[in-house]
Order: sequence, then C-alpha cells, then structure tokens
Amino acid sequence: MTEYFASGRNEYLPLQPRSFGNGFKAVIQASARSRCITVTTTEEKPAIDIDDVDLEFIEIIKKTGGPNIQNCYQCGACSGSCPAGALTSFLVRRTIRKALLGLKEEVISSPDLWYCTTCYACTDRCPQDVKPTDVIKAIRNIAVAEGYMLGPHQKVAAKVVEAAHAVPLDKESWQNLRVKVGLEPIPPNASGNPWAVDEIRKITKKSGFEKLIGYEEFMKAQKEKAKKKAEEKKAQKKE
Amino acid sequence: MAKKRPAFYHFLGCVTPHRYPSVEKATNLVFEDLDMDLLDMVGATCCPAPGVFGSFDRVTWASIAARNLTIAEQGGHPITTGCNGCFASLWDSNYELKHDEELRTAVNENLAEIGRVFKGSIEVTHYVDALYDTAGLPKIRKRITNPLKGVRMALHPGCHWMRPKLIKQKDESERPHIFRELCEASGAEYVPYKDELICCGAGGAVRTADVKVSLEFTKQKFDSLADAGGADIIVTPCPFCLLQLDLGQVEIEKYFGEKYVFDVMHVTELLALAFGHSPEEFGLGTHLQYMQRKSQPNWERLGINV
Ligand code: SF4
Ligand code: SF4
Repeated sequence: MTEYFASGRNEYLPLQPRSFGNGFKAVIQASARSRCITVTTTEEKPAIDIDDVDLEFIEIIKKTGGPNIQNCYQCGACSGSCPAGALTSFLVRRTIRKALLGLKEEVISSPDLWYCTTCYACTDRCPQDVKPTDVIKAIRNIAVAEGYMLGPHQKVAAKVVEAAHAVPLDKESWQNLRVKVGLEPIPPNASGNPWAVDEIRKITKKSGFEKLIGYEEFMKAQKEKAKKKAEEKKAQKKE
Repeated sequence: MAKKRPAFYHFLGCVTPHRYPSVEKATNLVFEDLDMDLLDMVGATCCPAPGVFGSFDRVTWASIAARNLTIAEQGGHPITTGCNGCFASLWDSNYELKHDEELRTAVNENLAEIGRVFKGSIEVTHYVDALYDTAGLPKIRKRITNPLKGVRMALHPGCHWMRPKLIKQKDESERPHIFRELCEASGAEYVPYKDELICCGAGGAVRTADVKVSLEFTKQKFDSLADAGGADIIVTPCPFCLLQLDLGQVEIEKYFGEKYVFDVMHVTELLALAFGHSPEEFGLGTHLQYMQRKSQPNWERLGINV
C-alpha cells in the first residue's frame, strides 16, 4: 500500500495532540495515523454499506446544530467558498459526505476537522440550508466527547476554567499597557473579581466540562512541570 | 425635555482589555463624543470564544455566555461589544436560548448552581450597530473634525457580525455596505481588494491549534491587498482580527520571512482620530506590532503631526 503525503500541504499538519494522562491516549494514536493523508491506494476495498449507516452519529449532529445535514446534495458550494479548503487539506463537503456515510471514526479523528475557522461563508451559500459550519461544530463536539481533543485546545479550555478568560491578564506588562493608554490597570471583568471565576468553576463542574477536558489532571501535570523547571533552574544556579 | 442618553452594558471580552487596551480607551472617547453611555459589566468573563468553546461543548459554551447575559439582564440595558467573537457568542447564545427549549433547560440547570437564570430579556449589539443605528451617520459626520482625507483605507469586516446572514439579518454578507459606510464617514478613501471578505484566519480555534495555518489566511489577505495597490490602513470591527492582522505581521515575518507593514486599526480608533483625538490620547502606538517591532504608526501617511 502506498501512502502519499498530500503534496505541499503536509507540512501544515502539525496539529499535534499531546497526551495528558490516560484519557487522551486515543488522540496520540489518531495523530500518528493521520499525520500523512492517504490519498489513493491500489487496494480493493469493501464497499461502504449505505444501508447500514451510523444513524446515531447523524442524530447527534442534527441535535447539536445541523438539523438539515441529510439535505446535502453534495453540490460543493461550501468547499468552493471555504478559505480553509483553499489553504489546507480540509474539505467541508467531504466531511459532510463522510458523516452521512456513517464513517464516524474517520471524521472525528481527522485533524482536518480543526482547520475550519467557523467563518460561515459556506453557511451563507449552501443552497440546502445544511449550515455546514454548525455541522462541523457539532462533529467537533462529538470528537471532543470521544477523546479527540488537541493539546493546545485543552490548554485554552483549562485557561477559561482557571481564569475565566481565554486570554487572561496574566502579566504585569499587560496591566502596564492599560495604564499607558490611560485606563485602570485592571478592567471590571473577572480579572479583578475572583467571585466571577468561582462562578465559572461551578458551571464547568456542573456541566461536566472539567471532566471532559481532564482539567484536574492537566493542572496537576502543569504544576509538576513548573516544579521541575524551577528545580532545574536552582540546580543550574548551584553549578 | 432632553432626550434620554442611550446606555449600553459594555462587554469587553478578553483581547480588548488584556491585549489591545487602546481600543477600549478609544471606544470610551467615541461613545462619550456621541452622547452614549457605557456601563461596566462587573464580573463578566470570556464570552466564551464561539468557535473554540462552541466547538468543544455547546451546552457549556451557552451556559458561560448566558451567565454574561444575565449580568446585563439584571440592569435591563442592551449589551454592546466591539468584538466579532464576543458578539457571536452573546448574540448567538441569546438567539439559540430563545429558540431551543432543550438548550435553555440545560443551561438554566447549570446557571441554577450560581443562583442565576437566563430570561432572554435584553438585546445584544455590536459597536457597529450602536454607531450606525443608535448614534447614526449624520451625528457621526457632524462630529468629524479631522477628516482623514487622502488616507487609503482597506477594510476587514470579519465574519461574525454579519454571518450567518439569514439569522443575523445585519447586512448582505456577499456585498456588505454598513461597515464600509461607517468607516468612510472618517473621510478616508475606501480601497477594495479581492479577498476583503475572507476570514482573517484566527477564528474557530485555528489560531490556537496551528498559528502557521491561521497566518496563511492573513497572508493571503495581505497579498490580495498588495495586488490591489496597497493601502495606508486596514480597519476592522474586531480586536481578535486586529491582533491577527497587526501582531500577525510580526509572526508572518518570523514564520515566512516576508515583511508586511500595514497600520491596522479598530473602527473606534479610526473614529477617535477623525473626531480629533490625538493618537496619544488612546495609545494607538501600543498595538503589539509596534511594541514588538519597536516601531510606530506611519504618522505621515496618516496625516498626523506628532
Ligand atoms: S453547499 Fe450545502 S448542499 Fe452543497 S455540498 Fe455543501 S453542505 Fe452539501
Ligand atoms: S465556516 Fe469553516 S467550512 Fe465553512 S467556509 Fe468557513 S472555514 Fe470553511
């Protein structure tokens, strides 16, 4: 079997999921497999059985934002409008077709899924009101629920749980920048209001989000990493 | 009797107050000049980023967004925000929660943990709406004391204010005109380019996942603009697009070895200049591009004496 790298594109496949404990092992396996895209093979394949599609997968997509996915007639207006499709190996029409064929595992484990910028250009042009953007987001929800979350995404998700802001006011220099333009050093948002962060923690605990992203394990690993770094620094100083 | 001043809850989000505070300051100046009040939203959090959190878990995304909405519901004024991403999270969740009973129940179950409940009693607006609909172009034009005559201005409207068009009903997303009219009020000369309407590349958690790919979008826009003869400034209604187009130039240089030099502004910064405020008054020079390159805006091209 010959595996081709999608020419010129594979260098942009460094969506490298990292492992943060047992829950994320599947991500690594998936990434190892999908780092190169199999474009063609010479093998005979068993036919996709269209009478036996994964309806449950389609039902979840329909419920999570893509109620019209089964109306897709594969015209390609979505991919033709898609800036990500022009720059990466992601093709939204293909993703939708695969989902409709029930190729769930292939769809949710592909790093391609994460190249959509959710610009909604496809949604504004789809003649069948499939809302491809929302379909992609729904499939991403399923991917995350099944353990296919990328490392950097886990990190930013943890930031919001920890600081209530994805881009936090985490350095004095940012406060200084505010002062420089004539504002208070700390804005009235959650950055200066720890009770607001507590509220977010309560929501994310209740909704199961903390568990979903492996928050506790992630923070523990971060702490250990920081501790190790500090120790190394100390040792270096002694030398 | 004097007409009551319009008042908005000011949703700051993350990028404006924490990375581009000049936008926050310019917004304060411009809204004050136009007799509109901005009220603090104490304890507001991340919107949370629609393409990021909406991609991870829709119910958690809607719950955190709804919590932000409840802060404004308590005071009974509409929200305004200057970020396309924040606008998408707050506007979309407000809309979806009003139309999806199941989602609303799930969200209110989460909010019950912190003694809040989503009622659906307020509207969410973008600065563009507040400026165009509430203040209005005639009032804005009257306030212009420093028209930016001769400044070649390219636009980056971004995505989430006007898309999806059938649900948001803001503008015709294939040929939008509202953002353009607002920017043209500054007196600058509009320069069209082929890829004006494509995404900056930062959204949908792509910048987080793979900054290099996200910069490919940005680069495509810059090249398209260069093909159209270039521009003195690029104006956007979103701080995340601003970050991508502004800091992105430094990153493109690092990753691709190509140097672009564009001054990029948020629409409220553009208006602050046109309203006669000096760039120091809101700190235009603190944009991360200038901080990192140790450079300055091209004052001469902007027609500003410093
Ligand atoms: S534009 Fe709509 S109908 Fe056409 S392929 Fe895409 S999703 Fe299917
Ligand atoms: S929303 Fe995603 S799939 Fe649709 S055009 Fe934009 S990047 Fe492509």
